[in-house]
Amino acid sequence: MIWDTDYETLPRDDLAKLQGERLCRLVDVLYRRVPFYRRKMDGLGVKPLDIRCIEDITRLPFTTKDEMREVYPFGLLAVDLNEIVEIHTSSGTTGKPVVDAYTAGDIDIWSEVMARTLATGGTARHDIVQNAFGYGLFTGGLGVHYGARRIGATVIPISGGNTKRQIAVLQDFRSTVLTCTPSYSLYLAEAAREEGVDLSKIGLKAGFFGAEPWSETMRKEIEAKLHLLAIDIYGLTEIIGPGVASECDRQDGLHVFEDHFYPEVIDPATGKTLPDGEKGELVITTLTKSGTPVLRYRTRDITYLDRRPCACGRTSVRMHRVLGRTDDMLIIRGVNVFPSQIEEVILAVEGVEPHYQLIVERRDQLDELEVQVEMNERLFSDEIRNLESTERRMEEMLYGALNIHTRVKLVEPKSIARSEGKAKRIIDKRTI
Amino acid sequence: MSVKQISVFLENKKGRLAELTEILEREGINMRALSLADTADFGVLRLIVDDVDRCVAVLRAAGYVAQVTEVIAIEVEDRPGGLHRILKVLGAAAINVEYLYAYVEQRKAAAVVICKVDDRGKAVSALQKAGIPSISADVLKSL
Repeated sequence: MIWDTDYETLPRDDLAKLQGERLCRLVDVLYRRVPFYRRKMDGLGVKPLDIRCIEDITRLPFTTKDEMREVYPFGLLAVDLNEIVEIHTSSGTTGKPVVDAYTAGDIDIWSEVMARTLATGGTARHDIVQNAFGYGLFTGGLGVHYGARRIGATVIPISGGNTKRQIAVLQDFRSTVLTCTPSYSLYLAEAAREEGVDLSKIGLKAGFFGAEPWSETMRKEIEAKLHLLAIDIYGLTEIIGPGVASECDRQDGLHVFEDHFYPEVIDPATGKTLPDGEKGELVITTLTKSGTPVLRYRTRDITYLDRRPCACGRTSVRMHRVLGRTDDMLIIRGVNVFPSQIEEVILAVEGVEPHYQLIVERRDQLDELEVQVEMNERLFSDEIRNLESTERRMEEMLYGALNIHTRVKLVEPKSIARSEGKAKRIIDKRTI
Repeated sequence: MSVKQISVFLENKKGRLAELTEILEREGINMRALSLADTADFGVLRLIVDDVDRCVAVLRAAGYVAQVTEVIAIEVEDRPGGLHRILKVLGAAAINVEYLYAYVEQRKAAAVVICKVDDRGKAVSALQKAGIPSISADVLKSL
């Protein structure tokens, strides 16, 4: 279902014109009101009047996460603090958090793009949305909340965690839409199965999953276990939270809501814009935000863009599901390895649930990658040689996918720490 | 002749086997025979117990991966050449032994061999033809 036919199916020429106008206005505001951006533009010798159409965006400076942290808390504010009605921040686990300050207008935009997101999977007024994204400074909870309210659906603001209660609510309220991280959805499915709850009887129709990378194989597993249409959604606090892009029911790339968030893909090493279809780092500019607008934010997410028309009727550019992170990328013996590639392989081996952990060590100057995979009943055999051949088979498939040798180790079920939020997949023990 | 064996996946970690035997003790489950096969990383514990269904349920509830496998139990004379006689019969019938383990039944001066083969039906008839006594699940329980 398309929520806003006017904007979501705008002919591409009209869209480019709209984006150009919005960019000009944005650059004018940033140059006048945000010293941080004035300095950066002056540094590059770019004046607001140099920007006349959307293609001119490549002349503008990038913004990095580190720069956003340096001006913590209010260095990116483009309006008077009186105008701000809500503040969210990133988790700040790796340093000072990044602040996203919203005006009433920004919350309105957020509600709109999240309504578009939830509508892709058919969410409508009569739906009951069990929102298991965390409420609080994290943008997931309230982002989904505003979108569901905009649609007029019923929101259950259960927030993350408390799995027993999630299952009880699913059963008692007959939720039709579930929103959470993809790994938590499988955790929930496993817990429901242990409690003897048949999820096919609940009436769930769609799930919106995001905030961490996942794979096509994981989607199939989620859809089979939770009996719903699993939609990949994308967003980040530095931009607005969830609502930057969402898959449609064709599940073939995420439509970027580019009348609000303009995407580019660049070569992370040179900063040069890459043509459609080439993998690189996603860069986003907020075209309409007023509180803390951002120019060319380097997301560190790896993807590529596809501007061909989608069968759903939306005209917006699609980004491929995030393939990895420029910063989570492991370099093992000189080879770039994304955890998502390893996950694809493990999931392709029949019967293995996506509970795995990657342990990188350096022995005798050589990097070694151990892939721990949890045992389950379908994979188990009473014969040692079958278990060993399972390990070898996974190693061979990993070699085929990554071109490096790995060591696969089968471990007992539930021996890998589960988190109810983002899954901790990598333990890098190398001291370099 | 066919009996049910429980196989359990165990990681090669200190105290892991003791945690399992503690559960069996608490549940009052008696082991008739067992073998532990291992590699550097993990092991497979194979158990013959008096109450198969309850044992599997208890282990699964405790988070173990456990599976029931059909194996054959054969009574062997407790004297030199006892096992060899059986292996000769199986070899002549071109039956592969995947693994086996044995224990001595003191009250009967006999040994019991638990054996996993690639073709159970063929093995049972070859042994019967050679006049080698097999043990039923009920008899095994009462030993």
